[in-house]
Amino acid sequence: MLFQDIVFWILALAAIAAALGVVLVKDLFRAALLLVVVFVAVAGFFVLLSAEFLAAVQVLIYAGAISILIIFAVMLTRDVQRGNLPNQLQIPAVLFAALLLAVLVVVATDTDWNLTAEAVSERGQEISGQAGLEDSAVEDLISATARDAISGGDLDRAGVAGLLAIELQDRVDLVQTHSGSIVPDEALGRAGFDTPESKIAAREAGLDQASLADLLIGDFVLAFEAVSLLLLAALIGALVLVRPR
Amino acid sequence: MSLEAMLIVSAILFVIGLYGALARQNVLAVLMSIELMFNAVNVTLVAMAKYVAPAGLEENLSAVLTGQVFAVFIITVAAAEIALGLGIVFAMYRNTGSVDLTQAAEMRN
Repeated sequence: MLFQDIVFWILALAAIAAALGVVLVKDLFRAALLLVVVFVAVAGFFVLLSAEFLAAVQVLIYAGAISILIIFAVMLTRDVQRGNLPNQLQIPAVLFAALLLAVLVVVATDTDWNLTAEAVSERGQEISGQAGLEDSAVEDLISATARDAISGGDLDRAGVAGLLAIELQDRVDLVQTHSGSIVPDEALGRAGFDTPESKIAAREAGLDQASLADLLIGDFVLAFEAVSLLLLAALIGALVLVRPR
Repeated sequence: MSLEAMLIVSAILFVIGLYGALARQNVLAVLMSIELMFNAVNVTLVAMAKYVAPAGLEENLSAVLTGQVFAVFIITVAAAEIALGLGIVFAMYRNTGSVDLTQAAEMRN
């Protein structure tokens, strides 16, 4: 964990410094090179977040393709010699950006993000444990009442106690089903993670690339097709834009 | 490395990109700043997918990956955007001889 922290802070410092360089450095060519540093640092973030496939895609597409395109454009336009000048919106832009940063930081630090599977499953077990304890105590009380009523010959009271017991059982079932749906142990078991160790590992990793492909071709197939159409349209559009008249 | 730290770093990246997109004259600098913002959003999405989405996990394990799928789509759209954007930059450069956004006033006249 400590090693991860050190790597994270190095990457964060590199990314922020390089990003500041991208917008502040006078030479646009150097800005484009610093942009590559940001892309690689973001790929490092993806690795830290156990999204290895995305890290590879980031390096291939951003650091590989997009940065090359931008460098080409920088070298093909002559304005570059004048450098990366600010326009007259400098002060409003700084103010707006600082304001947005303040809002984002407050939101990120103020919100209770403790929604990891472990935390929620602990919470769910706590709730169901409490509910089970209380309900079993009440159940004991009701069955004692029912026994008393039957031994005393009061069948009406016994019937009411029985109905109450059935109702109570339903409620206990409901609580248990609900907490079961919060705690994804069964889901993990069905997915092939049988032992506790593999469950923990699956929750920490949580991500295998085969299922990313499954999602892309399965649940998100419409968006996938739309994006491929968009890429085709962008390709044709770019060709039309730069075609010599 | 907590979710908050990740979110704050990506917020800083986003804000730097926003400043660059608003306050630079050169259209290429603006495009680079937009790429910065795309990256910041991607980091946020993947961090959320790792730390927050598992709580909503009920039936299928792959629900954790939705944030990553979104990030894949954003990367694709960013690639299309940069291809078209550079096409527009070249058209603008050929027609006006400049890539200065403050000089780009053809639509106004």
